[in-house]
Amino acid sequence: MAMEMRLPVARKPLSERLGRDTKKHLVVPGDTITTDTGFMRGHGTYMGEEKLIASVAGSVERVNKLICVKALKTRYIGEVGDIVVGRITEVQQKRWKVETNSRLDSVLLLSSMNLPGGELRRRSAEDELAMRGFLQEGDLISVQAVFSDGAVSLHTRSLKYGKLGQGVLVQVSPSLVKRQKTHFHDLPCGASVILGNNGFIWIYPTPEHKEEEAGGFIANLEPVSLADREVISRLRNCIISLVTQRMMLYDTSILYCYEASLPHQIKDILKPEIMEEIVMETRQRLLEQEG
Amino acid sequence: MAGLELLSDQGYRVDGRRAGELRKIQARMGVFAQADGSAYIEQGNTKALAVVYGPHEIRGSRARALPDRALVNCQYSSATFSTGERKRRPHGDRKSCEMGLQLRQTFEAAILTQLHPRSQIDIYVQADGGTYAACVNAATLAVLDAGIPMRDFVCACSAGFVDGTALADLSHVEEAAGGPQLALALLPASGQIALLEMDARLHEDHLERVLEAAAQAARDVHTLLDRVVRQHVREASILLGD
Repeated sequence: MAMEMRLPVARKPLSERLGRDTKKHLVVPGDTITTDTGFMRGHGTYMGEEKLIASVAGSVERVNKLICVKALKTRYIGEVGDIVVGRITEVQQKRWKVETNSRLDSVLLLSSMNLPGGELRRRSAEDELAMRGFLQEGDLISVQAVFSDGAVSLHTRSLKYGKLGQGVLVQVSPSLVKRQKTHFHDLPCGASVILGNNGFIWIYPTPEHKEEEAGGFIANLEPVSLADREVISRLRNCIISLVTQRMMLYDTSILYCYEASLPHQIKDILKPEIMEEIVMETRQRLLEQEG
Repeated sequence: MAGLELLSDQGYRVDGRRAGELRKIQARMGVFAQADGSAYIEQGNTKALAVVYGPHEIRGSRARALPDRALVNCQYSSATFSTGERKRRPHGDRKSCEMGLQLRQTFEAAILTQLHPRSQIDIYVQADGGTYAACVNAATLAVLDAGIPMRDFVCACSAGFVDGTALADLSHVEEAAGGPQLALALLPASGQIALLEMDARLHEDHLERVLEAAAQAARDVHTLLDRVVRQHVREASILLGD
């Protein structure tokens, strides 16, 4: 068995190598943002003795009269219309509690859930008792989020959403997932990916044909082929390297990173130098594409 | 020990510092990827590691949920190899509990808990040598890293009193010598005190001076931590792109 050992080495700050500086106004808690009382205060600020003071470390954003401080890293804050991937933590009376990397567990009401067969009917008492048959603790689901009263309320009204079968889950920070029109992507390399807005990313093999009737409940437990599994592992490592170098995640960046990593072995992608090299190449390709 | 003077005639301490000088501080944020926020700090030979999870749903008993504020939960543990003699410290012993309680009081004063009702914030600190000041400084950086809104930094420092001079930032030798020791946690911008603790005897005439020395040292710590945080935020912001 071959063994590899690495010694600790001082890291150079990554921003030096990029050679640029930021033009944003950065603050830390306790900093005064402004003494002008004409501004309204948004998230990340509080009022203290006639001054607007920051309460998180991040960059100041100003929209007309509203000042808020966007923190570098926060838990997921739900917005209406987001797609999230979550894990069931509890089965309660008429709802499920879902863990979605937010401040409080999200709620999935029985009435907001697709029943098997995709029928639209009134939820009866038997449905309540059979809740555990649909979704149990530990199941992964993809849903659309509706924000209310502090806890995010979820629903799976369309047949696209539902219980997830075989695949790999990657947990990243929600601030790194770019907002796009669609979050379900079928990548040309042979796997599909769901980029949840809450930072949970689900990678799974592309199904050969779309099942319309299933409504997302039949968990496909057929063995996945080796080629598919390799593609999925490579994608997962690519996503982790993008996250370590703090790059935004969207389908184009993941695809470019995948292509840049093809010359290396899958397990080598996680090594720091190779990670930097791949992400540098991805960054350059993205810049060329934009400019 | 007879013959070991904590403060020499020229005003130098055992490790060569002056009365108001701090030990060398090095800090780094974001050391753990799995936690919401984490930080590591070295103050002289004392090392502290802090990890923050939250705000998240309250695990365990639902009854403990506060309807209008977040619950702050702090745990302190110290490594077995941290003191001169290897000692196994069981979890939940008196010193850990007391330190955990003090940390909780400090951070409840600083974190804006009204913004996150019914949730829980966990702070886990591990320290070498068990100094309260290093724990608080590490925990401040970790809470900042997690993006939890706070009123201000919380900077802490210890102070003692020897031969009529107030000493700031005590090292292990000075603590072991048994003089009065004061631990102070300060919110630097407003000058408000989050926690003040002393368990020895000190004449009240000297209290003012020792308190001032500790406050000044805490403000110096704030300058250093502030620099570390700004550097970290700048780097992350550059990487994310404009």
